[in-house]
Amino acid sequence: MPTASNPDALRRIRRLLWAAAAGAAVALSGITLWRALTPSDLPAPRVTGEAAIVNAYTLTEHTGRTVTPETYAGRWQLVFFGFTYCPDICPTTLAYMASVMDLLGPDADRVAPIFVTVDPARDTAPVMADYVAAFHPRLIGITGTEAQTAEAAANFRVWYERAEDAAAPDGYFMAHSGHIYLMRPDGRFEDVFREGDQPPEALADTISTLIDNES
Amino acid sequence: MNHFLVAACLAALPMTALAEVTVTDPWARASILASRPGAAYLTLESDRDDRLLSATAPVADLVMIHASETDANGVTRMIHLDALDVPAAQGVQFGPGGMHLMLIGLTDKLEEGGQFPLTLTFEHAGDTTVEVPILGVASTGPEADR
Repeated sequence: MPTASNPDALRRIRRLLWAAAAGAAVALSGITLWRALTPSDLPAPRVTGEAAIVNAYTLTEHTGRTVTPETYAGRWQLVFFGFTYCPDICPTTLAYMASVMDLLGPDADRVAPIFVTVDPARDTAPVMADYVAAFHPRLIGITGTEAQTAEAAANFRVWYERAEDAAAPDGYFMAHSGHIYLMRPDGRFEDVFREGDQPPEALADTISTLIDNES
Repeated sequence: MNHFLVAACLAALPMTALAEVTVTDPWARASILASRPGAAYLTLESDRDDRLLSATAPVADLVMIHASETDANGVTRMIHLDALDVPAAQGVQFGPGGMHLMLIGLTDKLEEGGQFPLTLTFEHAGDTTVEVPILGVASTGPEADR
């Protein structure tokens, strides 16, 4: 410990402390600035077609097994990213996907509806199991680690972020893009839809036509 | 002239004293897990410009007024509003994918077929309590179910 009898050492420490404080201030303002600028600076998630969207992930199904897109190969896949703390868009979209499944009739056997959470910390496999069962017996819930989720979302060009809100459960919501991706049985990208852009009958018709045209 | 003024004032009195907000088609979506927030929707109409200041329900610790905003890239964000303007001319319509009341800290799962009271507090109209029926998870509103 430096003592008052050593003014040089004290001065050095004071300088060091000031430097550290200045460094912290710069870092803090840098982070603040980065936060303020980032949303608009991010490359916009844009759907530009097949090349942009890659059906690639290794995640955990609500049943507990590890899954990749190959797990669902041979079926058309309807893929939606959301989270179970979402009170509005996600239940609305999942109910919409459930309606589409019902409207598909026998063609539903050829379709895998998949719900991928962007909030894996809270949406564990058992939570996802309870959640998807409420919508449709065929709905598949998928979760993973933060890294696996980020990778899957990046491959699908799905954008999501944690939005802090003191009043929210656990202090945050997730903001996310609300697209429903339709992937082909071979895993390639076919099309993208939004709930609200067309009634479920129209999407079911589109999928049935695609299935009919396969053979 | 004086009579006319008095008459005019009297005519205007009920409007200022009894600002009225009409709440129609309230409904909530059945919640999937009690630990997850629920959502309620309704339509507000007012005979004068008013503001919804807060909402409370015994079934929830907190009711938040939320707007959903979707940008050109399809990213949806929930915007937490401290108060919501209810313009006399057009009113406000809540609905799936748009404005909603988010029910946080549910005491129980919202079961389809049930209902709960919801109290809305307006700047001018004061408190209004409505019974909110709980519709199915897949419902898109009372009109669709009718």
